[in-house]
Amino acid sequence: MQFWATVLLDGLTYASYLFIVSLGLTIIFGVMKILNVAHGSFYAWGAYTAAFAIGFITDNELSEALFLPAILISAILVGVVLGYVIERFILRKMYNQDIHLIVLATFGVFLIFEDLIIITFGVDPYLPYQPAMMLGWVDIVGLNRGVYQLTLILLASIVAFACWYGLTKTKWGKLLQSVIYDREISVAMGIDVTKVYVVTFIGGAILGALGGAYVAPTTSVSPGFAIDLVVLSFAVVVIGGMGSIPGALIGSLIVGILRAFAVHQAPILELFVVFAVMAIVLIIRPEGLFAPPKPRKI
Amino acid sequence: MKIKIFNKTTKIASASMLVASCLFAGAAMAKDSVKVGVVSFLTGPAAGVFGVPAKQGAQIVIDAINNGTMPAPYNTQGFAGAKMNPVFSDESGGGTKQVGLFRDFVEKQKVDAMIGYISSGNCMAIGPIADELKMLTVFSTCGTPRLYEEKLRSHVFRTQANAVGDSLAAARYIVDMYPNEKNYTGINQNYAWGQDSYKFFELGMKQMSPDSKGSDKPQFPKLFVGQYGTEISALSLDKAKVVHSSFWNGDIEAFTLQAMVRGFFQKKIFVSSVGGSAVDALGKKFPDGIVMGTRGNVGLLARDNKDSLNLWFIGEYKKRFNALPLGPSYQYARSILAYKFAMDKAMKKAGKFPTQDQVIAAMKNIKFKSFTETISMARGGGHQAVHSVGYGLTKYNKKGKTPGAEKVKMYGPECIYPPAGTKSEDWINAGMPGAKCN
Repeated sequence: MQFWATVLLDGLTYASYLFIVSLGLTIIFGVMKILNVAHGSFYAWGAYTAAFAIGFITDNELSEALFLPAILISAILVGVVLGYVIERFILRKMYNQDIHLIVLATFGVFLIFEDLIIITFGVDPYLPYQPAMMLGWVDIVGLNRGVYQLTLILLASIVAFACWYGLTKTKWGKLLQSVIYDREISVAMGIDVTKVYVVTFIGGAILGALGGAYVAPTTSVSPGFAIDLVVLSFAVVVIGGMGSIPGALIGSLIVGILRAFAVHQAPILELFVVFAVMAIVLIIRPEGLFAPPKPRKI
Repeated sequence: MKIKIFNKTTKIASASMLVASCLFAGAAMAKDSVKVGVVSFLTGPAAGVFGVPAKQGAQIVIDAINNGTMPAPYNTQGFAGAKMNPVFSDESGGGTKQVGLFRDFVEKQKVDAMIGYISSGNCMAIGPIADELKMLTVFSTCGTPRLYEEKLRSHVFRTQANAVGDSLAAARYIVDMYPNEKNYTGINQNYAWGQDSYKFFELGMKQMSPDSKGSDKPQFPKLFVGQYGTEISALSLDKAKVVHSSFWNGDIEAFTLQAMVRGFFQKKIFVSSVGGSAVDALGKKFPDGIVMGTRGNVGLLARDNKDSLNLWFIGEYKKRFNALPLGPSYQYARSILAYKFAMDKAMKKAGKFPTQDQVIAAMKNIKFKSFTETISMARGGGHQAVHSVGYGLTKYNKKGKTPGAEKVKMYGPECIYPPAGTKSEDWINAGMPGAKCN
């Protein structure tokens, strides 16, 4: 009982972390058909900005209640600024280019923003542990759990619900689904696709930054720490189906829980299981488990 | 006609002699400066707590030797009289990139020597190239024993003892301080350094405490992965109380933070062979009572050492960087000292500015004074250093507001390293014959 509960909880925590980041990646792909390697930059900048804000609050002995707002504001700030700059000045000029060129361009952006981190924040690691320390731990099935890390599951649930609600119950969500389904018809129907693109890209960027900002209090924020996450997020998106929001959720859960099981039972297979699942999915269903249907054009 | 021929012959001979004398004299003429590549992580997750402090440690010693302000026994100016012109380079990017950069240093930048390297993976990649290009290379920090146990090196020296001693000293400390703990496990990074470190810890435990038992599920997460929640759960459920780790860079800090907020360290005896950087980074928040090593008598464990060279180094470091030197600061500074020692010794023997071969010959088997002890290049055919390795329990010094350690035990090289010419694994499996641990 304790073993399975622990695996489930570990898997859920890890899946939550992956889901928030992968969701942004898959939304951007679904709407804009862009494989955005620069997504790792949103994550890293979100983490650094949150670390800086937490450091500022701590150094100036401000109220600890400001930690959570600081994390959320950091994510929004990074997402809006970086998202807008990249979409407006780089991607908008490339929408008619070959998809591979756009991937290369986003990779270039990722490298540039990695270097900008070093120039802005230096190479010393940031350890903004205060929010995680403040919340302490709780015993669940005989094992201590950091309360802060458990709140990641709550955050991912809120994000998933907000996403579902926004897409299915609002006018804006329906416009978005229309663009996902067929861009040309959406334009013909009078939808301002350029506006949809910029809002989508900023929304995806905020989610990427939110992942980094929320994880920052549990880790050492240092240059290059986003690279592994980008690779894992791609695996999640590929398993779930490129552009599929339920796919990102299911992909994250599959990766999180299988990885947790491997770490507990056969640690040496930890990475193998993630990419083995991805390979199997690609063989059986190359478009991913929940890839959105594609209209057949005549 | 004869005279003409004589004249032509004389001219050719004279020209040849002139060229030859210039060539040979080049090696013997005193040089104003030596150009040395100094490589450490300047970007990436290992920069902040390893690469940059390493570079800073090297800078202090290079400047002091260049200016002649270094205390005895290094109080003569320069390296065989020449000033060192260091070219600092970034170690990140992996072995293939580093091999390319190494070739560039040797073939294009024409350096006189290469010093540094933190990652064991990089040392394993650079070692054969250094021999092939015949470039004197002094490794400062990397620890894999495979470097010399797989093959002796002609041009490569390492002034840091290998991981065998770190792991055996860790096992020895556990047996000495926690004799009743018989179950152990580990969490180590999944590459040469992490795998070797845990392997030798396990071998050591089997010899020193024959009734102890290692977990069948030690953890080997990928390097720089950053998230260890699941691994911490798995280690918590494991009945082993002793947990060995050779985590370094941002990984030890991330692990410490995530384990700390789960009360992990209150339930386990955590043995960190190289986590000193995290102790300084977290300051008073770092938990007391962690078994901490620094890969020698350096960094955190050397804070109370009263050796005049050590006091000078700490003082200079604080003055210049407003921080205390970490383990890598000492390790890089130590390589610079070894290079100076060999250069001066070679010049004294040759009576003129030494050639590279003379410096290599001089560096073999040397015993040179470091900050807290004398270090012997007594293994790997005279190319590999051995020195003492210590462990202690972390204890924050509230009065001085500095991280520190208590119950420190130092294990001498004759206790934790095999005799010259013996492979570490064979020696340990044979029961460590001849080990002196008093």
